[in-house]
Amino acid sequence: MMAWLRQHRDALARAFGKLRAQRSASLLNALVIGVALSLPAGGYALLANLQLVAQRFTLDPQVSVFLKAEAKRGELEGRLRRDARVVQLRFVSREDALQELRRSEGLAEVVAALERNPLPDAFVVRARDGSAAALEAFAADVRTLPGVAQVQVDSAWAQRLGALARIGRLALAALAALLATGLVAVTFNTIRLQILTQREEIEVSQLLGATDAFIRRPFFYLGLLQGLAGGALGLAILLAGLATLNQGVRDLAQTYGSSFQLAFLSGTEALAVIGLSAFLGWLGALLSVSKYLR
Amino acid sequence: MISFSDVSKRYPGGGEALRGVSFTLESGEFAFVTGRSGAGKSTLLKLIPAIERPTAGSVVVNGQNVGALKRAALPYLRRNLGLVFQDQKLLYDRTVYDNVMLPLAFSGQPPKEAARRVRAALDKVGLLERERANPIALSGGEQQRLAIARAVVNRPAVLVADEPTANLDAESAARILDIFVSFHQVGVTLLIATHDQALIERYGKRVLRLSDGKLAA
Repeated sequence: MMAWLRQHRDALARAFGKLRAQRSASLLNALVIGVALSLPAGGYALLANLQLVAQRFTLDPQVSVFLKAEAKRGELEGRLRRDARVVQLRFVSREDALQELRRSEGLAEVVAALERNPLPDAFVVRARDGSAAALEAFAADVRTLPGVAQVQVDSAWAQRLGALARIGRLALAALAALLATGLVAVTFNTIRLQILTQREEIEVSQLLGATDAFIRRPFFYLGLLQGLAGGALGLAILLAGLATLNQGVRDLAQTYGSSFQLAFLSGTEALAVIGLSAFLGWLGALLSVSKYLR
Repeated sequence: MISFSDVSKRYPGGGEALRGVSFTLESGEFAFVTGRSGAGKSTLLKLIPAIERPTAGSVVVNGQNVGALKRAALPYLRRNLGLVFQDQKLLYDRTVYDNVMLPLAFSGQPPKEAARRVRAALDKVGLLERERANPIALSGGEQQRLAIARAVVNRPAVLVADEPTANLDAESAARILDIFVSFHQVGVTLLIATHDQALIERYGKRVLRLSDGKLAA
């Protein structure tokens, strides 16, 4: 057990030695990996932020029915209550709506500036079937009712945003897969060059009784360390990039009276990025070693 | 200790380097392998650590048929053999000390014990005060002695050396041979290839004479 541990410590030390011996090349490699990683990681962070925004506004399958000023509220309410597609019905008077608006972020000043209440009375309907098609069909029916000025499916744009995010995620997955392949290729090539420059040492070691495992171990560690360094660098790039973006986001959000900020990856996600990067480095080393060390 | 029976070796696309070679080297024996260039001396020596494998016959070292060993078993065979190569195979990217340390790294020796062994081996070949030097800074004779120190650092029972005195002046060559004799005196089995007749005659040890891949009686 002690001997085994010592051998691994020794291999790690040898790998560090190799990194040190080629400081600038190692740094450049880590940078390549870091840049390659920061792209999908950054895309992921932006999408996660977008989803957060979408979630904040995606409520239940909700439809707002705005009434004409001369509409008969009682009659309309009766018809809506009898409709089987309606689960819940809530009346929002124009006074209540204005109050609500006054409380919502960034609109207080706008409301204060109004001379009179421009809002109509409305029913907020929760539908049984939340699918986009069912909601649209329901909205179309309601639109024909007397006294109805306008019908709005509130969750529609959130759903569109969700669909957009799904496409984004798909594109991101493709990008991540491509860059992961590139990352493996980078390590593969680095380790191949390492093996070539160490041909002599490897040959002598084999002649003097080194096992294959002994000879390979430092190369695995080398790939792993390079992946780790690249992962850390990628996160640093992402952090710097988000910080820069956030300056712009802050200004933009302020004009809406919001304090919205782009969030960095969670601790688990950041660890996953580094872990994945280390794994890909190890994989590149494994492929290279099995091809060039015999 | 080492036993060849009817060993032949044919290189792909080449002639037969060894033809029906049989001999036995007892434990603690000291023998020279001699013959002209191309007679098969190097091939014979390379069969012992299974760097090459015989095309026919068997090579038995320490009771193991080394020609039939699996690749994974080779490191353990080689660790028990001291090998001095014709081209020495020193590593010029590290110190004299680290060259000798190399074989100890494989076997996972405790660092203190390893350091002690490296110094003992360097002391034995008279290079202790050069341990921080790069091998490139050593003379030909010193480089050869360094190769010997590396070969014996694992305290092998068998030492196999290919032309260890080639290109050395008589004085340096004698010094090398004296080192081998001192190992022989503590019971190490030695097999040394050389074409230096004067050397062979001076030491009066057993001689395996190769001619055209065959062992002369």
